[in-house]
Amino acid sequence: MSRLQIHDVSVRYPGMNGGETVTALSDINFTIEPGEFVVALGASGCGKTTLLNLMAGFIQPSDGYLTLGQSGIAGLPRVACGLDLDDQITGPGKDRGVVFQKHALLPWLNVLDNTAFGLKLQGFSLKERNERSAEFLQLVGLQDFHKHPVYQLSGGMQQRVGIARALTNDPQMLLLDEPLGALDALTREVLQELLLDVWKQTQKMMFFITHSVEEALFMASRLIIMSPRPGRITHEFSLNFNQIFLECRDARKVKSLPEFIAMREQVLSIIHGDEAEGGLH
Amino acid sequence: MESTTPVMTTMRSYERDAAIKNSKENVNKGNQKAMSAPPVAKPTLAQRFLSIFAAGPVKPGESYGAPGQGKSLAISIATALVLIGFWYIATYLQWVKPLFLPSPGAVVARFWEVATEGFANATLLEHTGWSMMRVFSAFILAALTAIPIGIFMGVNRVARGLFDPIIEFYRPLPPLAYLPLVIIWLGIGEVSKVVLIYLAIFAPMALSARAGVKSVAIEQIHAAFSMGASRWQVIRHIILINAMPEILTGMRIGIGFGWTTLVAAEMVAAQAGLGFMVLNAAEFLVTDVVIMGIIVIGIIAYLFDMLMRYGEKKLVPWKGR
Repeated sequence: MSRLQIHDVSVRYPGMNGGETVTALSDINFTIEPGEFVVALGASGCGKTTLLNLMAGFIQPSDGYLTLGQSGIAGLPRVACGLDLDDQITGPGKDRGVVFQKHALLPWLNVLDNTAFGLKLQGFSLKERNERSAEFLQLVGLQDFHKHPVYQLSGGMQQRVGIARALTNDPQMLLLDEPLGALDALTREVLQELLLDVWKQTQKMMFFITHSVEEALFMASRLIIMSPRPGRITHEFSLNFNQIFLECRDARKVKSLPEFIAMREQVLSIIHGDEAEGGLH
Repeated sequence: MESTTPVMTTMRSYERDAAIKNSKENVNKGNQKAMSAPPVAKPTLAQRFLSIFAAGPVKPGESYGAPGQGKSLAISIATALVLIGFWYIATYLQWVKPLFLPSPGAVVARFWEVATEGFANATLLEHTGWSMMRVFSAFILAALTAIPIGIFMGVNRVARGLFDPIIEFYRPLPPLAYLPLVIIWLGIGEVSKVVLIYLAIFAPMALSARAGVKSVAIEQIHAAFSMGASRWQVIRHIILINAMPEILTGMRIGIGFGWTTLVAAEMVAAQAGLGFMVLNAAEFLVTDVVIMGIIVIGIIAYLFDMLMRYGEKKLVPWKGR
């Protein structure tokens, strides 16, 4: 198993109309170890999504580089060697599955074909595609919805398809960009538990973005708190509420543990401190 | 923080409430007849007549305040009938001379005459056949060239740089303005007619295909790349299919432009065709043929548009989802 490493990464955007340069991310050094469930939490504008897009290979950093195991994701080797060798940068790839907040399913395909899409791109046979997709649809609880058009599904079910689709390619890690952000509170809790089960069964690295403090504490084995202007990591916590849940299977009990509540207050005061400091919202 | 206000919560169980209600209803079942709904008054004839034009019942799931909701077919039919009726009355009472506006009856009679005996050395079927041949061959040629070029313009900067100035320059020109040039270059045969219509269809089709490419959600493209897609696979499996609704809209707009340009194309050296028939009839002040020709062109264009809309529903059922 390989780890994902972020070396001295900064992302700067040129200011609008000759204004000041915006620093979206500043000097990020960070490693995700195999099997970790990392959650990024922070106010909007703190660069969470930029960080995820870098890991996915959708954007290039201004400085620094990212690697997954021995291969470069972004920023390499242009920075490392001063050469323009695009073919050594993998960019986005099937070793990193991405689950988006919304708009990412293909509305002309049904649930099964959406899930099997990645396998189709790689030229697997129809039988193999359907078998493997069915396996992951079972995992996310959609075994009875294979033939449904995705646009007829509820938001929660669409996200289940998104998760199953990202898993069928057997990636090394999942990048989840606020996957539960648009869902109602009840569906959200169901899918939190589902994601933890998926994590436990597949042992994949997870990078999960959220706005919800409770969700972050519940899901994370490592929690990073980010702060805006410039976007940076300010705090890091190692947590094991997810392990407690996986043993006792009672999310409400976990979320009402005194340690959980104390932790929530601590994190909330950090975030509120940031907002008071930052001034703008 | 110590608060002095005591915590107070109350709870009501709806299941228990329902159980109590059920037991009460069972007791009351004997005298239920007394509580039937009040009688509804029968609608009068006028109310029934007006209800034809009503918006119709609110459909389940229809959202409040969305502009232009409700049925409009009855109003459209009534508008058409009133216009035809007005036309009939105006000619019957001779408000207008038949030279300017012949009666509906005369137009229908002329339709029959042209259909069976012909006008300007060709029957109506021949005129229609020639025009449809011109419009549809131009349409097919445009679909085969404009759609790939438009897609290419969307995905490739070189193609965009090459074609954008050409299309944007000639697109706003009226076909009549470049008709003489087309005739000088290509002569007065069929080729120049088809090319003129083709040019009119090409620009809207190419631009729609390009816009369709641009309308793809970046998340879908990113998702495909993250599932190991190559650039070509992204174009084929994501961009092309996503552009389908706009391409079909472009085809609809394009064929509309085709019919508009038809009359211009048949202005010079045509022996048959609906546009030619109308122009020829106008020269000899046969107004009923002019009106008949206009109506035939309108009906054909409308029928084809209905066919395209049906195709849209079948081909891109996810449109707007």
